[in-house]
Order: sequence, then structure tokens, then C-alpha cells
Amino acid sequence: MENNILLEVKNLKKYFKLRSGFLSQRFAGSVKAVDDISFFIRRGETFGLVGETGCGKTTVARVILRLVPQTGGEAIYNKVNIFKLTSREMFKIRREIQVIFQDPYASLSPRMTIGDIISEPMEIHKIDSKKNRMKKVKEFLSIVGLNPEHINRYPHEFSGGQRQRIGVARALVLTPKLLLCDEPVSALDVSVQAQILNLLTDLQKEFNLTYLFIAHDLSVVKHVSDRIGVMYLGKLFEVANSEDLYKKPLHPYTMGLLSAIPIPDPEMERKRRRIVLEGDVPSPIDPPKGCSFHPRCPNAQDICSRKEPELKNYSKNENEHLAACFFAGKHI
Amino acid sequence: MAETENNKILEVKDLRTYFYTDDGVVKAVDGVSFDLKKGETLGIVGETGCGKSVTALSILRLIPQPMGKIVEGKIIFDGKDLLKLGQKELQNFRGNRISMIFQDPMTSLNPVYTVGNQVMESLVVHRKLSKEETRRESLKLLEMVGIPEPKRRFASYPHEFSGGMRQRVMIAMAIANSPSVLIADEPTTALDVTIQAQILELMDELKHKTNSSIIIITHDLGVVAKYANRVMVMYAGKPVEFSDVDNIYYKPMHPYTIGLMKSITRLDEEKKKLLKPIEGLPPSLIDLPKGCIFRIRCKYAIDQCKKEYPPLVEIEKDHHVSCYRAKEFMDGILERFGN
Repeated sequence: MENNILLEVKNLKKYFKLRSGFLSQRFAGSVKAVDDISFFIRRGETFGLVGETGCGKTTVARVILRLVPQTGGEAIYNKVNIFKLTSREMFKIRREIQVIFQDPYASLSPRMTIGDIISEPMEIHKIDSKKNRMKKVKEFLSIVGLNPEHINRYPHEFSGGQRQRIGVARALVLTPKLLLCDEPVSALDVSVQAQILNLLTDLQKEFNLTYLFIAHDLSVVKHVSDRIGVMYLGKLFEVANSEDLYKKPLHPYTMGLLSAIPIPDPEMERKRRRIVLEGDVPSPIDPPKGCSFHPRCPNAQDICSRKEPELKNYSKNENEHLAACFFAGKHI
Repeated sequence: MAETENNKILEVKDLRTYFYTDDGVVKAVDGVSFDLKKGETLGIVGETGCGKSVTALSILRLIPQPMGKIVEGKIIFDGKDLLKLGQKELQNFRGNRISMIFQDPMTSLNPVYTVGNQVMESLVVHRKLSKEETRRESLKLLEMVGIPEPKRRFASYPHEFSGGMRQRVMIAMAIANSPSVLIADEPTTALDVTIQAQILELMDELKHKTNSSIIIITHDLGVVAKYANRVMVMYAGKPVEFSDVDNIYYKPMHPYTIGLMKSITRLDEEKKKLLKPIEGLPPSLIDLPKGCIFRIRCKYAIDQCKKEYPPLVEIEKDHHVSCYRAKEFMDGILERFGN
């Protein structure tokens, strides 16, 4: 394996147990939120994880952060398996792995000033004196484009976009190496969304950050990512660099997803052929047998309902373009 | 002239809808005029709080009372001013000739009635049909909007449906009386992209079948590019630019529209092109600045912009812009897509 890899996720699984009734403890099956997925992120790159509601993309981030225990698999960060660490060792590593959440309204405590919010991570990790911390908070406020004089204000005094900047400052203040961004712009309006995306791009260069960027909007993901993984019902269907994914998608789900996103260009839209995937995403409680996409897939054959396709490399170069489909590359 | 007049199905003239809150008067819609032609899809775009939804609600007079009030304007449909009608007369139009699809299919269906019941209701209210006919008609509607096994799903409750299926039910109810105007307020915002594509295709198909007109309200510039014939861009309660879809995308003349176009991520863009977002934030609608509202965020602002709000003028045929500098964009004196 290459040695410039910062994070490698191997055969990651997260199953949530279901109980049969409200009070019952009886085991009634499980939801395979993340089902055996593997990917890696190189140092300094942005890896995008894209998929529709309930595909398990957020769970991936939560498991990597050990906010929920994994059911199986490994997450190797800097040659160490995160899942094997003691809580004290994990505590140290958390300094290097930070997160930005989707909802800038719910992720900031309304009772803390933004100064306290941003300095709290430093306090927890016992970095610097109190005075120095405040200096650092001010520095980071201006880095993310906020007025350092607003340090004593409360979150409700800020708009959605500004709150997301506060969230970014909080994540950056420990100078992490890896930043997990979980739908960081989906709650924002387009003009503000663009501001935050530019900020993230600038910060990546400035602080040499590595991003795991999770979102449902493929055009946003493609804009920021070097490589992209497409998820569906807990599985990775395709992994490729973003140009290849757009120009020569191999998996029929990726093709459908790309085609479903309208491009803001009227002329182009008139010419474009639209593939409309039929049906809904099936329930993860009882996913279809074989390939979980086969009931919606225009290319589905007999084998697809019997066997599950493996994620395989279809490129000359190792690990460059992976897809999990028996008929990868066949147009729909 | 007579021909173009006939072509207009709905006309909104100088609409103003204000909300009287404890903090002051919110001018949610402040001087909106547009017309809707037969068979066309009109897109209304803008960011949160720009007044696009309130415009739609005002057309059907669904503004929450007593806080909100339509203080001025005319909404002319079929030669009648809807704002002058009594509740009973209005009822002949609402849900019948003009109907609406709301954003959130989870909250806009009644959870305690079956889906079939709710579709039947929209028929019962406006048409005199026998029970048997109503049922048959409802089943036909559910089939038309692509509900699989409509007979079986007829007795299901909304919670048994997925988001996309619920939105299909909403559409079935909206088209039950073959309206001439369908207003869709962010119809797919709550849905996943593959489902969004299904719903939008369905709406477009039904529009062609019934030769009706659609007003689609959205913040998604991709959706507008695909489906709209004409587009009205709104900012802080006012229309800032109004033209056919190609002009809006290829020849925008208002700095706000130009800024929006430079803010969007495109699937087909070259990699890591830096976006050029509009600086700053939309203003609070309570305390609006004098003159042009956008001038605070506008890098083209001049002294004149501070004095008076620029009127919406027709800068070229069917292209309306409310900016003092639009002429300079038009003549190529001001560079649009550079820095």
C-alpha cells in the first residue's frame, strides 16, 4: 500500500439492532447501515462520500470518530487502528481528527459565547494558558472570516453561514490533520454555500488538511473532491477520481444519479438525455437479495438478484476506478 | 395585441404582502408583478426569505391571518381579480382552477385519513359526482401519478408511503380538477435527487398532457434551467430580473443574478474552479436600507443606488431588470463574468 495514506477504512461494518416492540428486548433483525466498505484517503486530498438519504454516509463518519462502536472492520489512521485504541489513546488522536456538522443551529450550544465554543477544544486538551487561548480564538475568527470583536456574542446573533464558520473555527483550532465534514453546506443558501466551500478550499491549502467530505449533493461533492465514493444502502458502489466518475461512470446507479442532477445551463439541459431511475430506495431493514440496486436497475440480469457483486478495480492503475457491478460500464 | 392578451392566463400586478410582527412590519413581498402564459412554466428563484413562497401563497390567498396581509395589488385570473372575491367565490378557483403543491409532503397530508379519502375529497369539494364515480376517478388519478397498485394503496395512510410517493399523492390531489395553473412551491426540496427527477418529469409530462401552466418556486438553479421557460429572480421581496430562461443564464443583467450564477457548483465544471460568491448576507426585511436593497452587497453600486430603488425596466425585448447599471452590462461596458 502507498505510504502517503492518512486514513484507511477496511471492511467497515455497522449494524444497528432492531427490537421487536417499544418495550421489548427481543432481537428482531438488524439494519446494516454500513455493510463492509473499504476506502482510503491520501494525505492532503479530499475524499467525497455521496449518496441518498439513509445510505449510511453519516454513519461512516460517526464510526470513524468512535461516536458509535463499529460492528466490524478496521479504521487505520496514520498506521494505527483507531478501533483498537484505549480511550486515553483515542483522546490524543481526537485532536488530529475533527468534525464539522451539518446543522449549524443544533451543533453550537446556545448558552455559550462563541469565544467559549471555539476555545473549549483547547481547554479539554489543556493547550495554552487562558489568555493565549483567547488570542488564538481571535486569530481563528479572522481566519474563517468573522470579526474577532464578536468573541463575546452568542450563536443566535449569527446567521446560518456565519454559524457554520464558527463550527469551522472550532474544528480548526486544534490544528487537526483530518477533517470530517458531514453535509457542511446543505443547510445554506447558494450564495452562502459558495462562501463556505471557498473557505474550506482555502483552509485546506493553508493548513494542509485532509478532508472526508460527506454530502448528498453530487455537484457540491464533485466540486470539492479529488476522489469520490458513491454509497447505496450501506455499500460502496463506485470509487473513482471525480473527473472519471463524471465522465465515465461504471455503475448504473452512478449513471442514474449523475443524470438526475440538472445542470444550471438551459441549452445543455435541452440536449441532455435524462435517465430516470424508477422506484424508491428500498428499506434497509429488508434490503433486496443479491445486488441491492437490482430492483431499480435497467441493466439487471438474472445473476444480479442471486449474487452480490464485489467492488473491483476496472482501471489499469491499482485502486483507481472501482465499481461493484457485474455489468460495470454498460450504458443504461 | 389581442392575441398576446389572450395568451395570459394569470396576471399579478404590483402585489404587496406585509407581515405585522412585534418587531415591525416585514415587507415579505413588496411590488411583484408578472404574468403567466398558457402552457408555460415560470420559475421563481431566490434565496431563503426573498418572498417567493409568500408570492405563491398570496395568489391563493393563503396568507396566515391576522399577522399577514395583502396590502396592495391585483391578481387577475380569468378576467376576475382574485383579491376582490368573497371566500365562497374564491373557493371555486382554489384547488379547482388554480392548485398548489407544497414543499413538505410529510406535513401537508392529513395523517388520520387514508390517501384515497384525501384524493376523493378534492373531487367532492368541486364536482358533483356519485360516490362510485368519485372512487373510480380517484383511482385513475393515483394511477396517472404513478402509484403502483392504486387499488391496494387506496386504503393506505400517508405514513405508509415514502416521501416521493406522498408527493405523488399531493400531485394527484392538485391535478384532480384539471387546473389551468399549478403552483409548485419547492416541490422536490425534501426529496432525494433520483426521486426529484421522477417527480419533476411527472409534473412536466402532466403539464403537456393537460396544457396547463406551472409556476415552480425553487432555489435550485439546475431545476429551473431544465424546466422553466421564463424566470423571475427575487431578492428581499422584490423582483430584480425577469426574462426567458436563456437570458437569465447567459445574459444576466442584475448583479444579484450574476452573483448567483457564479456561486453555483456545476457537475460539468472544470475541477476546482474557485466559486465567486456574493459577499455578505441578505438583509433583514424589517430594516431595509434606502435605495437599492442589494447595493450593500453589490460591487457595482454607485451613488445613485443609495437614493432611490431602481425601477424594473425593459432593457431589451422581454428582459426586465431593476438596476441602474443594467445598460452598461447590456452594452458590454461592464464586465460580467470576469472578476
